[in-house]
Amino acid sequence: MKEYRTISKIAGPLIFVQKTEPIGYGELVNITLSDGSTKRGQVLDTSDELVVVQVFESTAGLGRDSGVRFTGEAIKMPVGKEMLGRILSGGGKPIDGGPEIVPEKRIDITGAAINPFARGMPADFIQTGISTIDGTNTLVRGQKLPIFSAAGLPHNNVALQIARQAKVPGSVEEFAVVFAGMGITKEEANAFMQDFERTGALERAVVFLNLADDPAVERIITPRLALTTAEYLAFELGMHVLVILTDMTNYCEALRQIGAAREEVPGRRGYPGYMYTDLASIYERAGMIKGRKGSVTQIPILTMPGDDITHPIPDLTGYITEGQIVVSRELHRKGIYPPINVLPSLSRLMNLGIGSGKTREDHKKVSDQLYAAYAEGNDLRGLVAIVGKDALSERDRTFLEFADLFEGRFVRQGIDEDRAIGEGTLDLGWDLLATLPIEQLSRIDRELIEKYHPKFRAK
Amino acid sequence: MEGQQKTGGMLKRIAGPVVTAVGLDAHMYDVVKVGTEELMGEVIKVDGEAIIIQVYEDTTGLRPGEPVSNTGLSLAVDLGPGLLTSIYDGIQRPLEVLVEKMGSFIERGVSAPGIPRDKKWEFKPLAKAGDEVVPGSIIGEVQETNIVHRIMVPPNVKGGKLKSIEGGSYTVEETIATLEDGTELRMMQRWPVRVPRPVREKKNPTIPLITGQRILDGLFPIAKGGTAAIPGPFGSGKTVTQQQLAKWSDAEIVVYIGCGERGNEMTEVLTEFPELQDPKSGKPLMERTILIANTSNMPVAAREASVYTGITIAEYFRDMGYDVSLMADSTSRWAEAMREISSRLEEMPGEEGYPAYLAARLAEFYERSGLVTTLNGDSGSVSVIGAVSPPGGDFSEPVTQNTLRIVKVFWALDAKLSQRRHFPSINWLNSYSLYLDSLADWYDREVSPEWNILRSWAMEVLQKEAELQEIVQLVGSDALPEAEQITIEVARLIREVFLQQNAYDPVDTFCSMTKQYDMMKAIRGYADLAYAAQVAGVPPTQIITIKAKNDLPQIKFTKDYEPMLDGIMKAMEAEFTQLRSSA
Ligand SMILES: Nc1ncnc2c1ncn2[C@@H]1O[C@H](COP(=O)(O)OP(=O)(O)O)[C@@H](O)[C@H]1O
Ligand SMILES: [Mg+2]
Repeated sequence: MKEYRTISKIAGPLIFVQKTEPIGYGELVNITLSDGSTKRGQVLDTSDELVVVQVFESTAGLGRDSGVRFTGEAIKMPVGKEMLGRILSGGGKPIDGGPEIVPEKRIDITGAAINPFARGMPADFIQTGISTIDGTNTLVRGQKLPIFSAAGLPHNNVALQIARQAKVPGSVEEFAVVFAGMGITKEEANAFMQDFERTGALERAVVFLNLADDPAVERIITPRLALTTAEYLAFELGMHVLVILTDMTNYCEALRQIGAAREEVPGRRGYPGYMYTDLASIYERAGMIKGRKGSVTQIPILTMPGDDITHPIPDLTGYITEGQIVVSRELHRKGIYPPINVLPSLSRLMNLGIGSGKTREDHKKVSDQLYAAYAEGNDLRGLVAIVGKDALSERDRTFLEFADLFEGRFVRQGIDEDRAIGEGTLDLGWDLLATLPIEQLSRIDRELIEKYHPKFRAK
Repeated sequence: MEGQQKTGGMLKRIAGPVVTAVGLDAHMYDVVKVGTEELMGEVIKVDGEAIIIQVYEDTTGLRPGEPVSNTGLSLAVDLGPGLLTSIYDGIQRPLEVLVEKMGSFIERGVSAPGIPRDKKWEFKPLAKAGDEVVPGSIIGEVQETNIVHRIMVPPNVKGGKLKSIEGGSYTVEETIATLEDGTELRMMQRWPVRVPRPVREKKNPTIPLITGQRILDGLFPIAKGGTAAIPGPFGSGKTVTQQQLAKWSDAEIVVYIGCGERGNEMTEVLTEFPELQDPKSGKPLMERTILIANTSNMPVAAREASVYTGITIAEYFRDMGYDVSLMADSTSRWAEAMREISSRLEEMPGEEGYPAYLAARLAEFYERSGLVTTLNGDSGSVSVIGAVSPPGGDFSEPVTQNTLRIVKVFWALDAKLSQRRHFPSINWLNSYSLYLDSLADWYDREVSPEWNILRSWAMEVLQKEAELQEIVQLVGSDALPEAEQITIEVARLIREVFLQQNAYDPVDTFCSMTKQYDMMKAIRGYADLAYAAQVAGVPPTQIITIKAKNDLPQIKFTKDYEPMLDGIMKAMEAEFTQLRSSA
């Protein structure tokens, strides 16, 4: 492999190399510094005059004297069953002091798109034990369901609680967790690691850590390494894999940085115009495949800059993922854990995973009714602030009270409280609905009311 | 049909999906084969020596110096028996065949014909030797699914006298008929996707596309051959509405384009449609459906092409005399694909980075809809419904605005409604249909002479409610005059009983026009009784809390609802009589 010393320009994370032989688009590049250390990069633009390489590590120490080798192949991730229980850097190198990983296979990290015709339809209900998820925004195997949060909110606790409690009732299949940290702080990383160790989850986990002080550009490959590993565990070893990606906001910042270095015309708020397509190449790597055993379920976490859900990062994410779980500052301030605001939250695959034979026949309609009643009660709060409680009709007062009950009992639960779907979550929902006049339950058919409403249940 | 193979070009630069070649003799929109793997691409710019190509497959690994050859043909689709029930990528490669050829993941460099070449179809002639035929003439048919596939003289064949035509079992490439001048006719035609198929004349639509969705058919109908846009932020119901239309609309053929959206959504259609029955024919819905799936993670250039592939197939069935409806989810992803390619061409960006020709492309696309007289004198239609995904849900952005300038129906999705699970989350105050006048006759005739009046009444009540709500926000509902308290209650019934419709309820998912009429009439019935009682001195709290109307929502979930509705209305009258006599 020929080494070039023809770097003509270095700008941000990019190096420009001249007078090369024909170089392939997207190739992996190894760069050797004068002190003998090496860095990795990828070809972004190639022509017979100039090759542009994006370097995944800091460009500190790079100079025109650095040597550039083009490997002739795409970036690959060595994978193997041994990876379970290991902690790797954001670039995929072991950082837990353990031995090198002996790979069973090396896989291109870009990941080809799953042919829509080959996809299996997600249908298995995952019980997280959290009512606002299981009851009203159900997660199913193979779904991509992000947590939209903001600085200072307990999204990590929510993610950890999900990781600890997630199970498919009645299933004994092999599972694994793949965790990718991008630009997270050392404390955050420790919190995750300690929880994984405490609960024994680490044995079944593969952890990739790119910390806040690690190179930002490396964040571009970290989620791809994680997903390549997850797909291997899922589709080749048949495991059910839960992937946690945090924080996608840091990923997007890295993407913006590269765009700026390439002097591209920026899109909305300075993020690249292709960010939708780029994020899709990550989020779409979730799902099931017909005829194969495993599944990849994704829980990406992102922090909304300025708590703004219309910011391009949550906006483009929400357009790609199959719903979102929104963590609310207001509920957090009220001291409610988990502070999940169900109103803007959504699980698009919910209907596939619930109902008779899966959860319970009344699930969908209870959920719809809870939403409608809570939304109405929540609206009335605004009105009460202006006209006072006394100006409300009898009917409106019950809805107002319902909203408080809903937050206090349905939303609020313990950090280790693992509620079963039927007796834990849905029956609780009915108990709350029972505080409303029965004729207000317009979303539920009479039959179900007669079967599950506490008034009838008691008899 | 192979064009003449011109070779000799060479790759010069590769940067993502757009590559540059030199030494190639090529024209705009020629299809070219790129690199040693012969990836499919299309010429999108000619700049002196440099030929700029968008590549429909992943370009990773391509090197400068690799060969590029020109097929001399435009991007075209295969049209003929074998289209129905298919699922294609953006350039009409059947995804099912791709799975057979390369497994569960989409690799590149594999080509596959749009319709099977080896399959034999039973061709039944409808013309005979000696008949005079013109472009578009139907010369025979094939029973493809439960749908009859009419075989036409292609629009680009001159026509003339049929010399011979023979029924029997043929592949799509075999000759089924010959013209006097020696032209051989086959069941398959090819048509360049960027060129609209010709028609004799475009007509003004007068018949609604009945969708079984109350807020659409009832308040904001689209005509057969019309255009509609459905913009909304994520999670507001674009896809579910589009899928509801694909399932229940009374079109004869449905083309559904998943353009830059989710893989699982296409899988859902694929799993669900074969199980669902067309309410009219009782046959599996899949038999009338063609899917195009170029998901968000599939190559962006093929996403750009997918919309053209879809509309060309739709026009082809229209030419047979069918009513076709086409859904594109989402046209914003298509526009973004244009933007991505345009920025790689370093074109001068227009608004928000979109190319200056965005408005023109959108207009050209929607113009391919319409109720038409086909070349052979039949009537056919293509209705186009485009989803729009505005960033941050802000309708002032270029794709929404340029679309609204063209389409005749606007279904405005509203996140406030979806958050409280009011579905379909179509805002009844902002939405509109410009077809109301031209469809009024049809509703008069086919539904009831009362319908148009009921509709206007319902819109007035909803409008009035919005005004009253502003007052309520300031002073509370008890401060409203009595009659207006009743108006608020009637509006609530219209919203919760009529407008809300659950796509996942087996009965409510589709609501016939008769049932829509009956439901609206029942609400009007309550309103009339209520206002009369109020005038007679019954206090509004009693009017609002009468028991019988609480059962009205149950009508939605009940298949044979008539006896139930009768019962409710009778009970309601009795209750009112009771109230008035004690007032
Ligand atoms: N008509 C409807 N009936 C019931 N639920 C609906 C309806 N429309 C939308 N929904 C709910 O809203 C969710 C989001 O709808 P979707 O069409 O996927 O939104 P979009 O395409 O605008 O992002 C769906 O997953 C479903 O739960
Ligand atoms: Mg959608």
